[in-house]
Amino acid sequence: MSAVLRLVDVHRTHGEGEAAVHALRGVSFAVHSGELVAVMGPSGSGKSTLLTIAGGLDQPTSGRVEVEGSDLVTLSQAQRARMRRTSIGYVFQGFNLIPALTAVENVALPRELDGVRSRTARAEARAALEEVGIVDLADRFPDDMSGGQQQRVAIARAVVGERRLILADEPTGALDSETGEEILRLIRARCDAGAAGVLVTHEARHAAWADRVVFLRDGVVIDESGSAPVDRLLDEPAASR
Amino acid sequence: MSVKQAMLALLEQEPMYGYQLRTEFESRTGATWPLNVGQVYTTLTRLERDGLIEPAGEDDEGHERWQLTAAGSDEVATWFTTPVARTQPPRDELAIKLALAVTVPGVDVGTVIQQQRGASMTALQDYTRLKRQAGRGTDRREELAWGLVLDSLVFAAEAEIRWLDHCEARLRRAVVERPAAAPSDARNADASNEQAAR
Repeated sequence: MSAVLRLVDVHRTHGEGEAAVHALRGVSFAVHSGELVAVMGPSGSGKSTLLTIAGGLDQPTSGRVEVEGSDLVTLSQAQRARMRRTSIGYVFQGFNLIPALTAVENVALPRELDGVRSRTARAEARAALEEVGIVDLADRFPDDMSGGQQQRVAIARAVVGERRLILADEPTGALDSETGEEILRLIRARCDAGAAGVLVTHEARHAAWADRVVFLRDGVVIDESGSAPVDRLLDEPAASR
Repeated sequence: MSVKQAMLALLEQEPMYGYQLRTEFESRTGATWPLNVGQVYTTLTRLERDGLIEPAGEDDEGHERWQLTAAGSDEVATWFTTPVARTQPPRDELAIKLALAVTVPGVDVGTVIQQQRGASMTALQDYTRLKRQAGRGTDRREELAWGLVLDSLVFAAEAEIRWLDHCEARLRRAVVERPAAAPSDARNADASNEQAAR
């Protein structure tokens, strides 16, 4: 089975020389259809960088980033933007909905930007809202919704148009524990239905919804689901930074 | 875990027989704290001796049922209105192991932490899988009870992982702040040779 997302030896360095910060140092992993992978790590471990690179929002310094077989690195900017609209769905901690648009308009927007006719895009958006259980709130504005409802809209926007890669960056960060769990159930259900998901979180309870957990430290994968050998901790002070 | 209190609380609902008590207990707690039937009968004998329960006759199939006495009802009420005592912290093998790992020469604390974190994460994934199977669990009281027990296991495992993360961060800082610790470096070199040899 081919991977929906594959990262091969990805490096990302900010700045140069003395001041260079190595956000990612040779990260490789793959996410297949039907799979949810959690990426865990402390602040500054590189997990958010990893997600922006997987989503084509940032470019690696070296390495390959393949989404459904095409390497995002070698695509033109326009092609990359098209991949973001058609293949990749993003869910952020802060929801990032457009306040002047209703729920259904927010969800339809990426489809309309992709050239889908407005009526079709609306119909698809309503179907996506139905899937996340809030089609009755389709005509509400984000400010008139609770945090949990807004995040459901954001998930609908991430999956509309049958996108197969869902990237979620601390999607439950702003929600209470039970509402957060509802959101994870939705992401999980979407993956069970065939999508590939990457969930960045620092909360183990949320990572536990994933099939695999990737532990990241200082831009390096130190462990996957507790099996691989570990960098020695006391041996390696700040030398690597 | 107090089997005695749990049996009394179940009998508050209605008179039950021994095997039924076990079934009812496990429908609320899953297989988390398995009870053997012998334990249930011993407990019932003691509760009768202490005047907290009394025979309630046989049901249609000839099972000997038990019911609460007035003293038994009082005991249940007191149990529910009294917080669980936190006297001495229970002995925690993991905390003790880490406390020794940072002080005993030649132990790679980083590996100890990461291996434990991996194992705790696997347990947490198992609990979460059970939760997914249990579904929403609000339609039946027993399912809700079982869901809450699962959540308790989930939160405890999460707390352990958070604590391990915290230990790791503190150890790293300790190493950065004390870079010239020569003996400790030599010790670590030994440890890494040992590791390489394995």
